[in-house]
Amino acid sequence: MGLTLNHFLILGAILFCIGLYGAISKRNAIGVLMGIEIMLNAVNVTMIGFSFFNHVKPYSTYLTGQIFAIFIITVAAAEAAVALAMIIAIYRKRETVDVGEIDIMKW
Amino acid sequence: MDLATLIFWIIAVILVGSALMVVVLRNIVHSAVALILLFAMAAGIYVLLDAEFIAIVQILIYAGAVTILILFALMLTRISGQQQRTNPTNKQWWIALIICTLLGVSIIYAATTSPHAVATVGSDSGQLPAGINNVVRLGQLLYSPTQYSFVLPFEIASLVLLVAIVGAIVIGRED
Repeated sequence: MGLTLNHFLILGAILFCIGLYGAISKRNAIGVLMGIEIMLNAVNVTMIGFSFFNHVKPYSTYLTGQIFAIFIITVAAAEAAVALAMIIAIYRKRETVDVGEIDIMKW
Repeated sequence: MDLATLIFWIIAVILVGSALMVVVLRNIVHSAVALILLFAMAAGIYVLLDAEFIAIVQILIYAGAVTILILFALMLTRISGQQQRTNPTNKQWWIALIICTLLGVSIIYAATTSPHAVATVGSDSGQLPAGINNVVRLGQLLYSPTQYSFVLPFEIASLVLLVAIVGAIVIGRED
């Protein structure tokens, strides 16, 4: 028995849940960002797994899962740059990166 | 058990272990180092899935650029007097643990019981036409103006990157 699609789907699901736990339970804003990066990687694993196990011609030659993974990586890099710039700007103003203390937009 | 399955299990165990280290470790610099290991192991999974270009991009962008960005942000936001526990969890962490466990169990249940429209086992016939490898095919799919391709989303993605660069500079600038 070789590798099946379920191997990669379950690996992606486990990674996604670990990343989600990190994203919603961390107090350091950079820790939250690391959790989001893990979640994006889990989605990439799932996408490329689907792309690999698609054998329906001609759709399998379009490699849609891999193209989606490239766009996910693009958006993730842009998101990381903007989010880290925001974290540094907030740190400069409020001397903290604790997401529990950054509550200026809460009412 | 063939070689690909063995390699998959080795990489998967290291991948999940390093992901757990990212969320569990107390020192956030150690978490960032575990994140590098996670990105490298994810690249190994992509090589296993015949996605060589994505694996190279993963190493370059994630393990290279994003991790350096995160380490620089950690360096610039170091809080004095709190050297040991720089990556604390909030008080509701156990609710988060329950939610994530339930979500994971339901996703795995759905994935294993669903009748997939795609084949669930790989075939050796290959998806690509003869003489065209993964990188060439992705280049055709991203740039070709005449065949079936993703030119317009690709150009929009470059616009997203431009906006992100300008936005990061404007937000991070000192007044």
